[in-house]
Amino acid sequence: MTHVETAAADVVAASLEETMTVAAARALAGKHRVFAGIGMPTLAVALAQNTVARDIEVIYESGVCGAHPSELPATIADAVLITGSEAVLSMPALFGYVLQAGRIDVGFLGAAQIDRFGNLNSSVIGDWAHPRKRLPGSGGALEVLANAREVFVVMRRHTPAAFVDRLDFCTSAGPERVLAAGGRPFGLGVTKVFTGFGTLSRSVPGEELELTELHRGVDPDDVVAATGWPLRVASDLQTIEPPTTAELDLLRNEIDPKRVYLR
Amino acid sequence: MNISTFGVDKTMTLTDAVRTYVLPGSTVSLEGFTHAIPTAAGHEIIRQGITGLTLVRMTADIVVDQMLAAGCIDTLVSSFVGNSSAGSLGEIRRRIERSDPAPLTFVEYSHHGLVCRYIAGAKRLPFYPIRSYFGSDLPSVNDELRVVNSPFPLEDGSVERVYVVPPINPDVTVIHAQRADRAGNVQMWGLTGVQAEAVFAARHAIVTVEEIVDDEVVRSDPNRTIIPSHAIDAVVEVPMGAHPSFAQGYYDRDNEFYRAWAGISAEPARLRAWLQEWVYDLTDHQEYVAQLGGETRERLRVGTAPSVPVDYGTRIPR
Repeated sequence: MTHVETAAADVVAASLEETMTVAAARALAGKHRVFAGIGMPTLAVALAQNTVARDIEVIYESGVCGAHPSELPATIADAVLITGSEAVLSMPALFGYVLQAGRIDVGFLGAAQIDRFGNLNSSVIGDWAHPRKRLPGSGGALEVLANAREVFVVMRRHTPAAFVDRLDFCTSAGPERVLAAGGRPFGLGVTKVFTGFGTLSRSVPGEELELTELHRGVDPDDVVAATGWPLRVASDLQTIEPPTTAELDLLRNEIDPKRVYLR
Repeated sequence: MNISTFGVDKTMTLTDAVRTYVLPGSTVSLEGFTHAIPTAAGHEIIRQGITGLTLVRMTADIVVDQMLAAGCIDTLVSSFVGNSSAGSLGEIRRRIERSDPAPLTFVEYSHHGLVCRYIAGAKRLPFYPIRSYFGSDLPSVNDELRVVNSPFPLEDGSVERVYVVPPINPDVTVIHAQRADRAGNVQMWGLTGVQAEAVFAARHAIVTVEEIVDDEVVRSDPNRTIIPSHAIDAVVEVPMGAHPSFAQGYYDRDNEFYRAWAGISAEPARLRAWLQEWVYDLTDHQEYVAQLGGETRERLRVGTAPSVPVDYGTRIPR
């Protein structure tokens, strides 16, 4: 496992997963309603609730709003998310009244492939009719990208096969593609991509994702080489501030003491 | 006071319910979003050798992989073909990637798209609008995703274009729930997903339940009823009928089995052996639960977290 240095010498060095989680949590400052997936997004939201965004309401695709689980959930529909939650909605209410109506500030998504505008493929590798690899498909991802105010993508493996010039299949379309197809875009599309190398960002539709933050010790040329399109590097490229002792303590001892997600 | 029962008794065995309502070549919907998946009913469909089905299920997971392997399904309509981060579904991938052992017609949607199809079906509408699909490649592989012009102009006078999906009216919808009365008033709590819409959309509906309860239990909390008895044709008591998924307040999800499925389904011979041991060689779901054993049942046991009862009030005679 890759480790990066921390400022505090008395703390076990933060793992890459921990640093990515902290970077995502910090990006949630000022956000209110967050649509979270399982794994790192759930950790990032929990950390943000304890640090930069105490009033975040976490919403899961299964219909749970305001989850207060007694332990970390194994799936987005885990029974521990239901017990003690603020509301459990039906699918028509969740997808129709909450998501499509534009009530989500930030949606978290993953994908097998992403392009420079944040369009996502979670359907197939290869041709749709005769794929080399069949993936799970949209689920609600297509709706999250179309309807959330903005979307954060988590892609641990930053490789040319995942960060592509051209998607094998566009499952979930960002605002540029929505507009080109004759639709009316609602949100900003993908604004952050958290990867094993750092963070790609953009602020408005039409802009390409560019490298804005690096994990400590990563060479930006390596990130460009691992990206399937000519990746732009921000003129004010930053290094991600290592997790603080307080952030690591929360993650390790309060949020994920059983190491469900943190390995 | 006498408790009168107005409803017809619709209780049946699962064998009879499936034989009566799940016909070869028909369109069958199995719903349950991670919670309360009607697994026992899926196994009974396999056991009876029913084939040629068009299966509709938002999250096509383990039970669909099993029904595919048993040769029940010709066409799959789904918006997610995965095993909830617990590995691959071997049979689905073989069918789609290599047409092995036979091609599968796969009609692909997104979650909200299928939800809207059920809503249209339940309301007997010709189509239902949805603010999805512009820019996605899904319409290029699914010609049921079509665009219409809104008849109502936007404030600037321009015409809004919107995707629509067709209704779905399954010949039969099967769901699992915590409890129902003998007439089929279905009570659920926790995740209720799209079950009500899927039942209202269908021509017939089977509900399997953890327990059949007395009428007065249902009538003590009528808001808990997500489907009234008039929409249900058969009520079947099947304890642990959702295993390996869970029933809120009854038993937990068998995450070990979900993780094991990737290995079981990776090899066709091993998958066939699993079906033999856990479906074909057993008479019914009661034998399946017995075969699971006390250790597994204990592992899935949950503690209690009762809700505070609400007070519906009564009219005071004056």
